[in-house]
Amino acid sequence: MYTNILSVCYLIGSVSFIIGLKMLSNPATARKGNLVSAAGMAIAILGTLFLYQPVGAPFHNYGWIIGAMVIGTVIGSLSALKVKMTAMPEMVSLFNGMGGLCAALISMVEFGRIAQDNTAMHVLSILAGMVIGGVSFSGSMIAYGKLSGKIKDHTFSGQHIVNLVILFVILVLGAFIIHGDAGSPVLIVCGILALSLCYGILFVLPIGGADMPVVISLLNSFTGVATACAGFLYNNQVMLTGGILVGSAGAILTMLMCKAMNRSIKNVLIGSFGGAKVAGGSAAAGDQGTFREISLSDSAMVMKYAHKVMIVPGYGLAVAQAQHACHELEKTLRNSGVEVKYAIHPVAGRMPGHMNVLLAESDVSYDDLLELEAANDEFSSTDVVLILGANDVVNPAAENDPLSPIYGMPVLQVWKAKSVIINKRSMRPGYAGIENQLFFLPNSSMLFGDAKDVLQQLISQVKEL
Amino acid sequence: MILSVFLGIEVISRVPSVLHTPLMSGANAIHGVIIIGSIIVMGEASPDNYLALALGFVAVIVGTINVVGGFVVTDRMLGMFKSVKQTASKQNKDK
Repeated sequence: MYTNILSVCYLIGSVSFIIGLKMLSNPATARKGNLVSAAGMAIAILGTLFLYQPVGAPFHNYGWIIGAMVIGTVIGSLSALKVKMTAMPEMVSLFNGMGGLCAALISMVEFGRIAQDNTAMHVLSILAGMVIGGVSFSGSMIAYGKLSGKIKDHTFSGQHIVNLVILFVILVLGAFIIHGDAGSPVLIVCGILALSLCYGILFVLPIGGADMPVVISLLNSFTGVATACAGFLYNNQVMLTGGILVGSAGAILTMLMCKAMNRSIKNVLIGSFGGAKVAGGSAAAGDQGTFREISLSDSAMVMKYAHKVMIVPGYGLAVAQAQHACHELEKTLRNSGVEVKYAIHPVAGRMPGHMNVLLAESDVSYDDLLELEAANDEFSSTDVVLILGANDVVNPAAENDPLSPIYGMPVLQVWKAKSVIINKRSMRPGYAGIENQLFFLPNSSMLFGDAKDVLQQLISQVKEL
Repeated sequence: MILSVFLGIEVISRVPSVLHTPLMSGANAIHGVIIIGSIIVMGEASPDNYLALALGFVAVIVGTINVVGGFVVTDRMLGMFKSVKQTASKQNKDK
């Protein structure tokens, strides 16, 4: 009886995940979709809590379970509510890591519990859950550290080989355990877990920050697979469906993102964004010559008397929390009859859609946000392009320098405009670690300073004029 | 099971890039369903198996963080697309 009700709960849960995900992929229904899947999740969890009938002993340890859930809810919702919009990508990565850790821990416990009498299939799914969960956890943590700027890129020669060796050792140890003639399985399992964690770290460390969204999406997909493994273990419908759904959706999403950046997954994973390219970039900088600086009042003047201004926001805008100031400038300019549009590169910021979220937060009208292709069509008729802390997404090297690591990535062709004002904090290269020839072009000029300060001063200057 | 794979692919394959981040976040929350596994682990562990209890306890905590945090973050993100609705249909036409 109870089991039947539980099955229905799980069915509802699975279906709501599918519907929710479907609705999430359409802007109009996205928010409702999120709620639908949250509701499905609630039903599935409550169902498990009260209706699950284990074989043998009845369900117990309610106190601990509820206690842990309360703690988790408090931490989860507090951190989710408090996090700044700019730090969103980090947060997603962190939560993803939590899921991975959960999968790895479950596998640990399960292994201790049913180590003696089990089929090879079960051990396999336990091990798979542990390895994938472990990689996902440590990888997500590194991704989090990188996005929040705590960890820098590291590469050492032969890293790919080390990675492959670790993977190989994990496989061999796993085979040992499944075969059943290992001396001390617990020790080996701990070894596998440790190696998985190492692998996750080594796997993400060399990947450049610009590729982080892709990596997080991939790790997200990993965690989905780990969940599916656990679902297989318990023969649990909702875990299986949810896990596989996320696994395949995550994989597709990863590919979509790669396409937006015009890079193959292999390219991202092998992570050749590292050391060698920096050298090439600085050599290019040497013969590029000088850049021009522009004063605040001059920029204000140029923009005020322009017909059309295009704003290109980037990570610098997000860091400076300047989205409101940016909207303010837009309104001020518009009041003096200037046409203002935003050009949003698909991967501007640290995540696809990052800029849209930020600008939407400060009530920028959605109609003024131009996507890559629409924006590129309009640049030639634009008088002034104001770039706020974006760099790699406006780098002409992506189109004309086959040696550049970002060659082939679609970029915003800002150089087609009559003049380009680039706001940056310094001349430091962007996240991809390469120089930008744009800064040295005759029609571009630099406006150094924090995006927010600069914008606020621009606003008052424009008003005064 | 294989059906789920196709469903996942089918569901995601046509998404405007604007929604990639919320979508990733939403999918992230959904795989938090792993928490059910951790609840089962906890529920089945015998009360004197402290190692299993401790591991399960941590697993439930982090699982809940994943679920609750994931959904809340996604909701907050989507809450910012206030005027999304009008443009949604427009965007579809563009593509």
